[in-house]
Amino acid sequence: MTSVGSRVLRKEDPALLRGLGRFGDDQSRAGQLWARVVRSPVAHGRLRSVDTAAASAAPGVVRVMTALDLPADLFIPVRLSVQGLDLSPFLQPVLAGEAVRYVGEPVAVVLAEDAYAAEDAAELVVVDVEELPPVLDADAALAPGAPPLHAAGNCAADFTVGYGDVAGAFRDAAHVVKVDFRVGRHSAVPLEPRALLVDVDPRDGSLDIYGMTKVPVFNRGVLAGMLGVDETSIHVHAVDAGGGFGVRGEFYPEDYLLPWLAHTLRRPVKWAEDRLEHLVAVNHSRQQRHRLEVALANDGTVLALRDEAVQDNGAYCRTHGIIVPELTMTMLPGPYRVPAYEGRVRVALTNKTPCGTYRAPGRFEGTTVREHLFDVAADRLGIDRVEFRRRNLLRPDELPHARSMNTLGEDVVLDVADYPGLLDKVVAEAERLGYPEVVQQRRAAGRLTGTGLAVFLEKSGLGPQETADVSVSATGVVHVHTGGTSLGQGIETVMGQIAADALTVGLDQVRVVNGDTALQPYGMGSWASRSTVVGGSAVHLATVAVRDRAREMASRMLEVSVDDVEVAEGVVRVFGDPGTSLTLGEIARACLPGSAHLGRDEPAGLSASRRFEVGHMTYPYGAHVAVVDVDAGTGKVSVLRYLVAYEVGRAVNPTLVEGQLLGGVAQGVGGALLEEFRYDDAGQPQSVSFMDYMLPTAAEVPVVDLLVLEDFPAPGNPLGARGAGEGGLTAAGGALANAVRDALSMADALPRLPVTPGDVLTRVTPA
Amino acid sequence: MKDVHLVALTVNERPHELVVESRRTLADVLRHDLGYTGTHLACEHGICGACTVLVDGQPVRSCLVFGVQADGSDVRTVEGLADGEGLSDLQQAFSRRHALQCGFCTPGFLMLAEAYLATEPEPDEEEVREVVAANLCRCTGYQGIVEAITDVARERRQGTAQPPSTAS
Repeated sequence: MTSVGSRVLRKEDPALLRGLGRFGDDQSRAGQLWARVVRSPVAHGRLRSVDTAAASAAPGVVRVMTALDLPADLFIPVRLSVQGLDLSPFLQPVLAGEAVRYVGEPVAVVLAEDAYAAEDAAELVVVDVEELPPVLDADAALAPGAPPLHAAGNCAADFTVGYGDVAGAFRDAAHVVKVDFRVGRHSAVPLEPRALLVDVDPRDGSLDIYGMTKVPVFNRGVLAGMLGVDETSIHVHAVDAGGGFGVRGEFYPEDYLLPWLAHTLRRPVKWAEDRLEHLVAVNHSRQQRHRLEVALANDGTVLALRDEAVQDNGAYCRTHGIIVPELTMTMLPGPYRVPAYEGRVRVALTNKTPCGTYRAPGRFEGTTVREHLFDVAADRLGIDRVEFRRRNLLRPDELPHARSMNTLGEDVVLDVADYPGLLDKVVAEAERLGYPEVVQQRRAAGRLTGTGLAVFLEKSGLGPQETADVSVSATGVVHVHTGGTSLGQGIETVMGQIAADALTVGLDQVRVVNGDTALQPYGMGSWASRSTVVGGSAVHLATVAVRDRAREMASRMLEVSVDDVEVAEGVVRVFGDPGTSLTLGEIARACLPGSAHLGRDEPAGLSASRRFEVGHMTYPYGAHVAVVDVDAGTGKVSVLRYLVAYEVGRAVNPTLVEGQLLGGVAQGVGGALLEEFRYDDAGQPQSVSFMDYMLPTAAEVPVVDLLVLEDFPAPGNPLGARGAGEGGLTAAGGALANAVRDALSMADALPRLPVTPGDVLTRVTPA
Repeated sequence: MKDVHLVALTVNERPHELVVESRRTLADVLRHDLGYTGTHLACEHGICGACTVLVDGQPVRSCLVFGVQADGSDVRTVEGLADGEGLSDLQQAFSRRHALQCGFCTPGFLMLAEAYLATEPEPDEEEVREVVAANLCRCTGYQGIVEAITDVARERRQGTAQPPSTAS
């Protein structure tokens, strides 16, 4: 009986269900001080002074800090550096120095004996800004004469990727179809706001940090460098996290400021942002404009794609640098045969919250625009929209397919897959589920109902490596220490399943700890749908190594050849001879110092540490089909049906894969129809509560149908797995935009996401 | 001088007496003064429902209730649902139906569901979905939550509710 591949209940569930989760704000320390960040109330200006006198005198206040307390030139570094670009002119200082560049930018920190006092005192800090005109549009930011946000201007990057003779293809094309499409600014908005507890040892200032939950080893290294301490004096602990989706756990100003305060004052520091802060301080994402055109032959064959894109990146480049635009442009051709491609992107800086990655970064944006363009193009040529895809999708015999473009340090190489096959399956499944009848019946009744299809290519399993440490205790508990982090995705369970299988033990005999920098100092975090693929493979290797050591020890204990020893049914024994069974606990005890079976100078313990190095990313793929109803009176778009087909390679836990896809669709409904960060003309954020920033509820998210395929195990890892974290979201923008366009019987393209009731009503043709 | 009051309340049938500032929310009293950190804060403006607890049997958003308002009340939080180590039928259903991922919204949904199920409703999935629409979840897409609550509504009506269990 194997655990991998089965729908085991999650190890995480009992504690979370009982309210015993350990989220960032759930722990406290005696003598702790509460921090409250003072943020710029103005979008753009010269910071003349920060008057902390009244705040410092307020009841309960222990310290008020500004940039003047810190060494100069403390900037948040780029974690993912690509395209050889130096973004240092555009990095965010940990506290505003001579300028403020977005509403919400940290300007000071108040430290007080309790949270309410800290918040009271924060309102007494006087931030004096000489206002400058705000730049709130990316195209305007890039135009000559725009007020510069930085000495180096407003363009952080301008680069082009591509291959082939694009100019020739467009010159000779029978048809050229173009869209000008904007993806609106939105982001992950996990339900738990950020929180940190920084505990400190008063003897030496060493730190214990709770609340860093994406790349704890990287963050520890950055923090150590900025504080000027050895990184081993900082211990980032595993905690529960209320969703990540890319935005939680990157290195933000608070990740330096709070440890600096704890280290400097030698007192524990506690901090929790509120929702308003979260909506203006945590990475925004997605805001891009694409002028995308396709060159076509008469039969609808794609000859070339050409894109001119602009990203609105907010006021600074943060840890993600320009990875989102890079991913957007390099993944834009998707799973299609695109003989020539040119994608140019300019990254503009504006007086808004800085941006970073959000689930399916770059792929949500690019898939939306490409799939919407393909519907417009198919209609223009009078070709069926599904047939248009079928003709242009790469066939299995054309794979592996390399594109001479580089993303995240790797060439894009599409591995084994059957894109047209999946397209056929998703169409057949939608028919089997009755989607066409739903549309027909409603149209016959006079409703505006439409179907949208979007096919997508994803990426997962990013390297370069993961490390796993596995050890067995004297009572036979299998400890697994990984470099990923628990964000709700269930990797405690998945890693447990992998380890349990390799040692043939029950899942409850395995204890998994994710993201503790002392237990796993070589981890690279949970992001880019990599933990099951890369972390899981490392766990597999380490557990197999433990298994082999157990067999070796058993062979000494039983005085037989190691070739005669098997691990089966949770014990170690001579093949098929239960009378010789040894438990893993017994073997672990035999590895303790003093054991007669331990060789001279041989390291003690039944344990192993293994690394899995990634040769190449793996590329999952799939398609979404959406059926929507558009209300001609109110402009409201309702999602009636939704189908996701997804090739996952191998599902370690099918329930968890499905959960990831379902959650992605819900975020897609939000991003396509509901969510947007808006600003007024002064650069004041308008989306500052859940009344303005509308997250989908159960009333907006339909029952979602899923078709999870395991037809093509991934070639590059022992599990055969492809990541599943993002594919539920990737094509949602495209599928829903296409469905709305179909419902409205439009000839041209929609202009943007989110598709608002206003957008709809201007296009509703009176009956 | 802070404006403080002596407040007495029971939480999960355990009595507590404490001094609270008049402006301190019930959520903060429960989480930081009494240590019931299972109730979570996700918006503090009454929309997401993650902070839902039962006060005298009624579901309330504890972020919008002052601690002093709970003086003399019987409060039930998520920590009171399990029977020792044994998860309640509703908690088991949530696990079975994969109705939680990060678990941050979960206590709020459990308490909301408990209040709803106490009305002994018919297992009507559409009605359950309407109830579930009162709270926000960012991870699951709601399907598992709707299914779990519908399951329990059916089982309780049929008298086949799952006994407390530690089995996973």
